[in-house]
Amino acid sequence: MKPNIEMRIETAAMDALMVRLFDTIDETNMAWIIAADQALRNAFGSMLIDLVPSYTTLLLHYDCQQLTHSEAIQLIHKALSGLTPVDTQAGELHDIPVWYDESVGPELPLVAKRAGLSVDELIEQHCNHDYCVFALGFAPGYGFMGLVDESLATPRLKTPRRKVAAGSVGIADRQTAIYPLLSPGGWNILGRTNVPLFEHAKRGEPLFRPGDKVRFRAISREEFEADGGDTTPMEERP
Amino acid sequence: MSHAAMNETQKGLVVKQAGPLALIQDTGRFGVGHLGVTQGGAADWISFRWANWLLGNALNSAALEIVMGGGLSFETEHEVRLALTGADLDAQLDGKPLAPNTSFKLLPGQRLVFRQPRQGLRAYLAFPGGLNAPEVLGSRSCTAREQLGGLQEDGKPLKVGDRLTWKGTAPAVRRIPESQGPRMPASGCRLPIVLGSQIASFSGHALFQAFNQPWTVDNRADRMGVRLTGPALHGSLKGIISEGIPLGAVQVPPDGQPIVLMNDRQTIGGYPRLGALTPVACATLAQCLPGTEVWLTPFSASQAQEDYRQQLMVWKK
Repeated sequence: MKPNIEMRIETAAMDALMVRLFDTIDETNMAWIIAADQALRNAFGSMLIDLVPSYTTLLLHYDCQQLTHSEAIQLIHKALSGLTPVDTQAGELHDIPVWYDESVGPELPLVAKRAGLSVDELIEQHCNHDYCVFALGFAPGYGFMGLVDESLATPRLKTPRRKVAAGSVGIADRQTAIYPLLSPGGWNILGRTNVPLFEHAKRGEPLFRPGDKVRFRAISREEFEADGGDTTPMEERP
Repeated sequence: MSHAAMNETQKGLVVKQAGPLALIQDTGRFGVGHLGVTQGGAADWISFRWANWLLGNALNSAALEIVMGGGLSFETEHEVRLALTGADLDAQLDGKPLAPNTSFKLLPGQRLVFRQPRQGLRAYLAFPGGLNAPEVLGSRSCTAREQLGGLQEDGKPLKVGDRLTWKGTAPAVRRIPESQGPRMPASGCRLPIVLGSQIASFSGHALFQAFNQPWTVDNRADRMGVRLTGPALHGSLKGIISEGIPLGAVQVPPDGQPIVLMNDRQTIGGYPRLGALTPVACATLAQCLPGTEVWLTPFSASQAQEDYRQQLMVWKK
């Protein structure tokens, strides 16, 4: 473990422990989070019920019929002693085609205006970065990615939409994400992709994993339609 | 089970009138939190297991979780023994009251109706060998928000015309020992909570209030979370970097009113927490009607595990 990582193991529930590795969001955390994830899965084996990595932590739910709380804490210490980070190049790079259009991305003008950019410049900016997948959550296959350029950072909508279409690509503060399925949500929506995130998650094989990189690529309405994309406009306007 | 046996023509139990919420549930999805998939599963897992126990089923067999009742009614197409546990939803068989925590025979032509809660909120109806339903990520549980589980694999609750079929033919006939069966909570009940590390971020005054006066179960309560109302709890943390959320986590958003995160909670979240209710306390809370007063009672993890193991032992005898 690198000297500036101070691991803390905290009680989260009767049979769950929070392994805290960092205090701030940073792409370089991911090499350690992924390494810890693998080490804990190996060490706990069938004594593991769930392990949920996030930006700075891993929540470990163990089987309390096989381990006591203090045995679980000891096993975590053992599993993570001498931990070394994984090779960050090991994560996959995903190319995600997005149809950026106001009909399916109602906040394009708003985010562009805040950034002092034209809509085309905003699209170019959003496509011009390999975003890191920090965590999966909120919905099956939903990946929290970042960090978007500071100029594009936009707070969540004051009133979340009741229905955000599946495939919607959005920004909230300095994060960006894709909605895997129709759900409520308050992110600023810029466009839509046809990548089947939900179907991957449902099979237990998420398309994005923490530490992966995602690059958005602007496509035309024709390309989006040819790929089977749904061009139904977003119902609700904020 | 062959494909032919799963198809529409199989006889079963037919929904004649839909109530507010009846969902197919088992113990839930585990080992999938890292996909962003929620746990789901029977909210009052104790009553759920008793329902399966009454018929001699594997205790994680898929059953129905019936919330409120509200006129939900069924007719069967052939004779079947069902088990009913949990809340007293004023269930009636052809107009005659059905006692909770027993199994009973339902004949073609008879009508089973769930009317309204008299005690508790969620009833469990178990079927011989468990319900047939597609398994997704290791579970038959329905989560509407995630469009997972259920007869049509859309996570939706039962609707008129749905036909439920089951795996077994010859269920056991068991009785729950008087002293052991599930009890519905009364106002003033205790909810054991294992304290978490973020407890230190709350003021001493807030902590005193958290554990020394009753909280009221709000009507903003569902399978995702149950809001408690009382004095506002304040601490030094407004939000935290999103991290995994265990079952029963008691999170405190900026308005100071705690929310207990239940089976269908989001997998990660960013509000500071007092700790997490024990699984036994979650089962209790799942049966509390809005307006019920509850006390948060700190427990150590080992004390909570001891209670949990004792509960599991009941079904092993």
